[in-house]
Amino acid sequence: METFLQLVVNGVGKGAVFALLALGFVVIFKATEVVNFAHGSLVLVGGYLVVVTRDSLGWVGAAVVGIVSAGLLAILVERLLLSRSKLADANSLALLTIGLDVIITEEIVRRLGVTVPFLGEAWDAQPIQVGGLTLFRTHLVAIGVGAVLVTAFFLAFRYSDWGVAMRAQAENREAAALMGIRSSRVTATAWLVAGLLAGVAVLFIATQDFSGSGLSRGTHSIALAAFPAAILGGLDSTAGAVVGGLVVGLTEALSAQYISFDFSKSAVFLVMLVVLVARPSGLFGTRESTRV
Amino acid sequence: MLVVRNLRVRYGRSVAALHGVDLQIAADSVLAVLGSNGAGKSTLLRTISGTLRLHRGSVVAGEVEFAGRRIDRLDPAEIVRLGVVGVPEGRQVFARMSVEENLRAGGIGARTAQARTLARARVHELFPVLAERAKQRAGLLSGGEQQMLAIGRALMSAPKLLLLDEPSLGLAPKIVDRIGEIIREIHAQGTAVVLVEQNAVMALRVADHAVVLETGRTALSGTAADLSASDDVQRLYLGGHAESEATAEAEARGAAEQRAAVRGLSRWVA
Repeated sequence: METFLQLVVNGVGKGAVFALLALGFVVIFKATEVVNFAHGSLVLVGGYLVVVTRDSLGWVGAAVVGIVSAGLLAILVERLLLSRSKLADANSLALLTIGLDVIITEEIVRRLGVTVPFLGEAWDAQPIQVGGLTLFRTHLVAIGVGAVLVTAFFLAFRYSDWGVAMRAQAENREAAALMGIRSSRVTATAWLVAGLLAGVAVLFIATQDFSGSGLSRGTHSIALAAFPAAILGGLDSTAGAVVGGLVVGLTEALSAQYISFDFSKSAVFLVMLVVLVARPSGLFGTRESTRV
Repeated sequence: MLVVRNLRVRYGRSVAALHGVDLQIAADSVLAVLGSNGAGKSTLLRTISGTLRLHRGSVVAGEVEFAGRRIDRLDPAEIVRLGVVGVPEGRQVFARMSVEENLRAGGIGARTAQARTLARARVHELFPVLAERAKQRAGLLSGGEQQMLAIGRALMSAPKLLLLDEPSLGLAPKIVDRIGEIIREIHAQGTAVVLVEQNAVMALRVADHAVVLETGRTALSGTAADLSASDDVQRLYLGGHAESEATAEAEARGAAEQRAAVRGLSRWVA
């Protein structure tokens, strides 16, 4: 029972991080219908800037630099590459992001060389003992940060002008344009938000507690688990992204313990397949069902 | 206020939709744009509101001028900020958002918070049902209510010129009458209206002036009263005595020469 509880805490901790990444996919998809395959490389760039600036700026300063650069890179990608081809099909733009992902990832991997640097943490790395449970602080902080960011996001999405404009554009691009909603601005802010969230996520991913590995190609593949999270939640559902993130985190943690560590990655995709067979547009997705 | 000169528009590389449309509308008036399916009515409105590009269309020649300024190269958001707002065909309310949020989305183009509050009060006065159903999802409203929401949403940015694309489409006759009254009311409050309609009876009753588009050209233009009296319009759009659309068209072709002679009407030659 204690093992189980501990796994649940670990799973929710990981899930909170996946939720941040999945939310990024969903926000971009809602604004533009483009699936951003370059999300993993945004994560790497954020992490890399933390590694480079940590010695001079300290952890907090470096974390801010990393988060902001991931956000700015996302905006640059949107402004310089995607917005130039407004009429291109969303699928071709998705292919463009795959190419971009390869370029950025290989460059960061090349710069890292043989090093696999941990990003470190601003909190004590000692686990906390509660009763018989061993809780990692990184997971607890991830749950806290995830809860705060997700709540802030949903409040903004529901009540701010940005959120109204974003949802209006997601639902009907032409009607939104007729209302004077600036589609370029909505799209750029969607990418910015996704980039910032990716920058936050990497602070947790490349740590001893979370993955046992520093910043490397492996960080990119861990970030990819946010894909099944977004897809099984429903690509156009923000709530689905959060639920999907938690499902993926828990699936990984539980299957690694009770089945085998090597199986945990495929378990995530198995769960995704099962969900898609039952509900083709994901748990909370609506897009496909409303189109038919 | 709004002037369209020799406008030619095509979709993609080859599909020409407008071959030379001319029209103008004075501030404080209602202009009806009549024509059958495929005459280019919706294309005309898309060009004015700048959404043509979303349909892969482009302006080949001619120009659209609003308040002395060319607007055919501007993007839709800028055109809204100049005071030209469109209500798309088929209403297209944001079905998954609440009535209130739909109005809010319409007000994003408004300049100040005060302007928004004023506009919302005006919309609620014009359409009390939108205040009653503020929290309801727009997709659950009836067709008539959705049309009112679509118009109310457009009024949220206090436009100087309102473009309505077939507001009567798919609505019961009683509701169509109500929409006609509302258009007059909006006009009385000082907003000019371009009303694109297949329902010529309602459109000509509401409008001061009217133009008839035929296959992408301005075929006739004049005051609403003159057009109502013209034989062609009677036959083609007001359910005159023609037995079918085909015979009506044949008769119309025969009558083409007489058209120009009809008192008070000017014939546009592309």
